[in-house]
Amino acid sequence: MALLLAAIVWGLALYTGYYLYNDSYWMPTAISDAARQIDSQLVLTMAVTGVAFFAAQFLLGWFILKYRDRGQAKALYQHGDNRIEIGGMIIVTVVFVAVAFAGQKVWAQVHLTTSPPNAVHVEITAEQFVWNVRYPGPDGAFGKTDPKFYEKIGNTVGVDPSDAAGKDDLTVINNLAVPVNTPVELTLRSKDVIHSFFMPNLRIKQDAVPGMAIPLRFTANKVGDYEVVCAELCGLTHYRMFAFLKVLEPADYQAWLQERAAEVTQ
Amino acid sequence: MSVATQQKPPAHGHAPPEGFLWKYVFSKDHKVIGIQYYFLALVSVFMGMGMSLLIRLQLAYPDRMWPLLGKIFPKGMADGVLSPEFYLSMVTMHGTMMVFFVLTTAPQGGFGNYILPIQIGARDMAFPTLNMLSFWTTFAGFCALVAAFFVQGGAPLGGWTGYAPLSALGEIAGPGQGMGLNLWILSIALFCLASLLGALNFLATTLAMRAEGMSLMRMPLTVWAWFTTAVLSLLAFPVLLGGGVLLLMDRIGGTSFFVPSGLVVAGQPIDHHGGSVILWQHLFWFFGHPEVYIAIIPGMGAVSTILSTFARKPVFGYKAMVLAIFAIGGLGFFVWGHHMFISGMSPYTAVAFSLLTLTIGVPSAVKTFNWLGTLWGAKIRFTTPMLFALGFVSLFVTGGLTGIFLGQTSIDLWFHDTYFVVGHFHMIMGVAAIFGIFAATYFWFPKMFGRLMNEGLGKIHFMLTFIGVYAIFVPMHALGLAGHPRRYYDSSTYEYLRSANSLHMVITWAAFFTAAAQLLFLVNFFWSLWKGKRAGDNPWEATTLEWSIPSPPPFDNFGALEPVVHHGPFEFSVPGAAKDFVMQTDPPSAATGKH
Repeated sequence: MALLLAAIVWGLALYTGYYLYNDSYWMPTAISDAARQIDSQLVLTMAVTGVAFFAAQFLLGWFILKYRDRGQAKALYQHGDNRIEIGGMIIVTVVFVAVAFAGQKVWAQVHLTTSPPNAVHVEITAEQFVWNVRYPGPDGAFGKTDPKFYEKIGNTVGVDPSDAAGKDDLTVINNLAVPVNTPVELTLRSKDVIHSFFMPNLRIKQDAVPGMAIPLRFTANKVGDYEVVCAELCGLTHYRMFAFLKVLEPADYQAWLQERAAEVTQ
Repeated sequence: MSVATQQKPPAHGHAPPEGFLWKYVFSKDHKVIGIQYYFLALVSVFMGMGMSLLIRLQLAYPDRMWPLLGKIFPKGMADGVLSPEFYLSMVTMHGTMMVFFVLTTAPQGGFGNYILPIQIGARDMAFPTLNMLSFWTTFAGFCALVAAFFVQGGAPLGGWTGYAPLSALGEIAGPGQGMGLNLWILSIALFCLASLLGALNFLATTLAMRAEGMSLMRMPLTVWAWFTTAVLSLLAFPVLLGGGVLLLMDRIGGTSFFVPSGLVVAGQPIDHHGGSVILWQHLFWFFGHPEVYIAIIPGMGAVSTILSTFARKPVFGYKAMVLAIFAIGGLGFFVWGHHMFISGMSPYTAVAFSLLTLTIGVPSAVKTFNWLGTLWGAKIRFTTPMLFALGFVSLFVTGGLTGIFLGQTSIDLWFHDTYFVVGHFHMIMGVAAIFGIFAATYFWFPKMFGRLMNEGLGKIHFMLTFIGVYAIFVPMHALGLAGHPRRYYDSSTYEYLRSANSLHMVITWAAFFTAAAQLLFLVNFFWSLWKGKRAGDNPWEATTLEWSIPSPPPFDNFGALEPVVHHGPFEFSVPGAAKDFVMQTDPPSAATGKH
């Protein structure tokens, strides 16, 4: 029984290792520096917890095997050892808190910095089950919005028709295009319930919360088409609420915006 | 009858009841109430498991038709196709059923009620009538939850967390947002009320009704665990109760606690002003995080006791274990924000919550370390309860360490609301806690019913379940690494999730395998009730007070005797003692190193 049980404990530890350290299941390509930093923080945490995991499971199996009932008269009569206890606590505290500190830098980069002046501003307004993506247009400024101006088709984000800054605003659905290697500042809003804007290749996820405008920063460094999904249960067809992230060369980005603007005015 | 010959009335507060109704239904006996809670959890766990199997079917075979199931669920699976409404309501009801009516009900309401008074040498709980009311209020909550399936508009489908404003808007926000959701809130509110009453009882009983000699530091770790859990319940459930009332007011009373101005839902402007969406999450998780510990701390207590008993060794670091339980429970109230890193809460606050969260790793590591220390130099008897306790330690390590990922703000940007979270909390508050319940069941079944469960069947049940739960929940972490969002009816359209389908198949097959293995438990349980081997008073050669009285115990537990405690709770293998265990009630002359 002891041998069987120890073998199962070790076998299951290896099974766990197989799935967690098998990179064929890992994250899709990272397309920003921040994403790569998040990945390396993840790998650091994998390494630290991996040591603790395999050590604990190995010891468990080994003790099961070693300290089975072999007909000895009595077990060891022992109530503990405070020195080992306190020593272990100090090590664990230092390691865990160090790991936690290490991860805060990239968090600050995504959430606590201000965007540089050349940043591209885009606003996303979520609703069941669509992402409305608004670009400020050539003037670089968003028009004011108000829910009373919402239209089902056309002015879906409720731009105030009397605001001059809003005249050239461009709203498209489910397509977020950004220029490569350029800082982007997203502002997330929601019209109805909580949604969560999840860009897997950027490792960024942020709730879009009704009543709030939440800023988010990233700089994509690889041209391509990427998927964006909704990560917060928002109703019946939550699982089909998605968008495309198009990372384009700056010239292609301008062309893309002009094409979309032309479509709208048609 | 003269006054002089009158017998001194027993110390017991109430006489044994007569008649079926008062003896078995509206009983005030903590033992009957404990068994009632346990059976409620047993019914709930199989319902919850059934729902999880339907969820798993859909995820592994999103395009398959199930005509036979279509006949059983004519609405949710018309023509054998599992609808998205039905899928999401299964997700919601599975979570609610399991968290409240299994993981909170069995360890605390069930075993806590039955065992705690006996372990401290009391004849009953401090407030037997309140105890009876707690159970029946819980039962009313259970009925309200089940009723949510059958009302117009269907069962709720917003997840067990019921995030506002989706949950606050009513039918306009889609199917499942009508009467079913009101009943869901009612169910949780009743549950909160019942748990609050129960917690008061546990606290009063532990503090006021201990037998002579049962000092605090002689209490078994199970008693410390139930006591700490009661403190957590007392502080956490009222907050959810309040939140639930406010949510219900928003839905039916026209208030705006959780709904801000300017919402337009399905093209309709919503007439609410000034509410805060995130407020619900703060209230919910202020309860929700301690709830994780409410589910698992009793398991920690039972596992400590069981490991010590079958290792034939004192618990390693008893005082450290008591402090660690308190530290985990206490810190548990300061970390709820780690569920909300991406909620729109201030990113600075998130940093504070993140650092606090990782400190919970410290007392958790102390527990693990001391469980291993208890095995060091042991003489292990591999009984079924011991197997489940050892399995608990393995699962606790696995499920605990994945928390180190999720507690970090930066990594949470990737893992939040993915299957990594689902895998993590199922590993720790799901199966580790369930292993605690199984260990406790096999351990105390002989005390509760006077007969032992079958050891052979029990061991096979353990092996299959232990392998099964790893097979289910480890691949879920891999899904999370791939970035698979949770609560998706179908993920097959996404290019970046193309590796997911094979994982979903593995998980689903493992789930059916594990569920089938639970039939062994059911057979063993009911067969042993009638046909199991007679247990005797102390079949495990254990030390705590419940093993000093008959199995099952008489109505007033200790009969005419007042138990007096002379020893610490885990005196095994004491040098010089005649046997390898010294019971707490053994005479003081029995040799022991600790008093």
